[in-house]
Amino acid sequence: MEPVPNIAPFIGYVYPNETVIPWTVLVVVYPYLTGLVAGAFTVSSLYQVFGMQRFKPVAHLALLTSLCCMLVVPVPLLIHLGHPERALNAMITPHTTSAFAIFGYAASFYVLLLLLENWFVFRPHIVREVQRTSGVLRLFYRGLTLGSDDLSEKAMSYDRKWIFALAVIGIPAAHGLHGYVGFVFGSLKSREWWSSDLMPAIFLFSAIISGTALLIVIYVIACRLRKVAVDLPCVEGMAYTLWGFMMFTLLLEGVEFASLVYRGREGTEMILQFVKGPLIVPFVILQFGIGSATPLVILTFMIWRGIGGKTLIAGVLVSACLVLLSVLMMRWNVVIGGQEIAKTGKGLLSYTPTFLGREGLLVATGILAAPFVLLSIMVRLFPPWPQATKAA
Amino acid sequence: MTETKDKSADARRAFLRLLGGAVACAGAAAAGKVAVTQAEAATAPSTVTPPAIPGYDWTKHRWAFGVDATKCIGCLRCVEACKRENDVIGDAHHFRTWVERYVYLEGEETPRVDSHSDPVNIEASGSEHEYRFANRYKDAKVEKAFFVPKLCNHCTHPACVQVCPTGATYRTNDGVVVIDHTYCIGCQYCVQACPYGARFFNEEKQVTDKCTWCYHRITKGLQPACVEVCPVGARIFGDLYDKQSPVSLFIRNNRTRVLKPESGNAPNVYYVGLDKDVI
Repeated sequence: MEPVPNIAPFIGYVYPNETVIPWTVLVVVYPYLTGLVAGAFTVSSLYQVFGMQRFKPVAHLALLTSLCCMLVVPVPLLIHLGHPERALNAMITPHTTSAFAIFGYAASFYVLLLLLENWFVFRPHIVREVQRTSGVLRLFYRGLTLGSDDLSEKAMSYDRKWIFALAVIGIPAAHGLHGYVGFVFGSLKSREWWSSDLMPAIFLFSAIISGTALLIVIYVIACRLRKVAVDLPCVEGMAYTLWGFMMFTLLLEGVEFASLVYRGREGTEMILQFVKGPLIVPFVILQFGIGSATPLVILTFMIWRGIGGKTLIAGVLVSACLVLLSVLMMRWNVVIGGQEIAKTGKGLLSYTPTFLGREGLLVATGILAAPFVLLSIMVRLFPPWPQATKAA
Repeated sequence: MTETKDKSADARRAFLRLLGGAVACAGAAAAGKVAVTQAEAATAPSTVTPPAIPGYDWTKHRWAFGVDATKCIGCLRCVEACKRENDVIGDAHHFRTWVERYVYLEGEETPRVDSHSDPVNIEASGSEHEYRFANRYKDAKVEKAFFVPKLCNHCTHPACVQVCPTGATYRTNDGVVVIDHTYCIGCQYCVQACPYGARFFNEEKQVTDKCTWCYHRITKGLQPACVEVCPVGARIFGDLYDKQSPVSLFIRNNRTRVLKPESGNAPNVYYVGLDKDVI
């Protein structure tokens, strides 16, 4: 047998079986990606459902980003499973008391919804490409029309109804999917660090800010690469969204931590020792100091002073990158942090991910990069930029 | 021209109607399935049709376990017997049963706790395959010290069973929580959910693993391996349906308690001789 991976050194007393960390960096990647899906979808809905015109430049990009991330979401889970070939057991014979059993259904439903909405949104483009292209590409687009090549005003208004309906259904679907990821952790009574009613809400709001931040980064970089001007009101709108939802996220996280400390149940002393010790860098400095407080200060200052132009774009871009880091650290601190506090309440473990191996950093980085490789191909096949899809 | 467009729109409408119908059917089928599975409570095929054990009727027994911590001498024969009997991975990180040592030193408010898997104790034994408690407190003034054997509590409301997404782990009719190794997907959600740290991941089989109270032995009328080898009778096992069984007598004649009752898991390992600091 290969040597057992993920053995964690410890201090104090931990149960002997706890010395192997069950959920590794791959389980950090999973909620991070799901969060990006929900967040990007939220921005798209602000335009599709609530008609906020300033988000039009990124509305279709958001949908494509959401789809690309969602297609990769099951990958870290499947790689993590001891028997990925049995993964469908959870769908064939779902154990209804398990918070995890509905994942297969919820995710499949959401993928279907995203595929449908993307198809409606990009249908005019697909139909036009059939006439413009030739060879394999033409066959590809032809197949994608699903036999529907009508672009008349009547047909388009019919499509718009569907896009609206799907976007409306998509809001609870996307948010439900991610809130449920929070429930997977929050509902476990065995770990004080996870066991919280606020966990689903915290996951949800941090998802929204991560998705918005991701869109800002992708949009600004894409404009740079395409050598077109960045739409200022759009970036400004996303900055407002980011700022607003960051407030909720920080408030919820603050309330959760405060009540954990204030309740002071058994094991709280160990948690405080953990926060003041090993968590100083990932939790206090990276997640809150650099990842949350800094962008909040930057954004607040820019909104307050009414800064515009290139300074605004640079400031929002930097803030968005920091928020992406903050949310990644939040996922890390929840998933890994929870397992580093022993169930005995009398010990702390320390997990160091391996670089190579099935659950190593290399694989995790690859999975995190996959949606963006996918997206870079998708934007070429289905340009989400407003000029290219005027009809929608 | 308009007619063609209408036709095309009609075709798309028909397609969408079909798609909607298909989704609705799938949803209804899923809902139907859920209704069925809720009635069955657990869903792995082995739960619905358990493997037959010749001459054994699981409706006629209710197994339980007792631990008399005042008797345990920390010899760890139980741990080694369990590893051999159940082919448990031979290192310091995988145990179906283990023993904890609580030592109260003079002048200290909280006990020092360790188990045989502590690096100091592993160093003393010289191998990860052999276990002993190092005499690490020989120069200190010990006020009080005792051992506590631990194992799966085979709870009545097991959190591990609750969270299993496939129903691969389930509670048998005779009160034992087992895992169907041919059905487990290895997600380790159950490992997280168990408040007692009783579950671990079996890297050889790529599934989760834990104590079964030696189900293969007890269904043949034998005692679990750890009970069998205990030289001082600190481990007691038996059938609650038999009022004269060792465990029934143990529970009746002692004031027992269980570990972490606040978890709501309703554990079925009954302890005597625990101190307030035992976790």
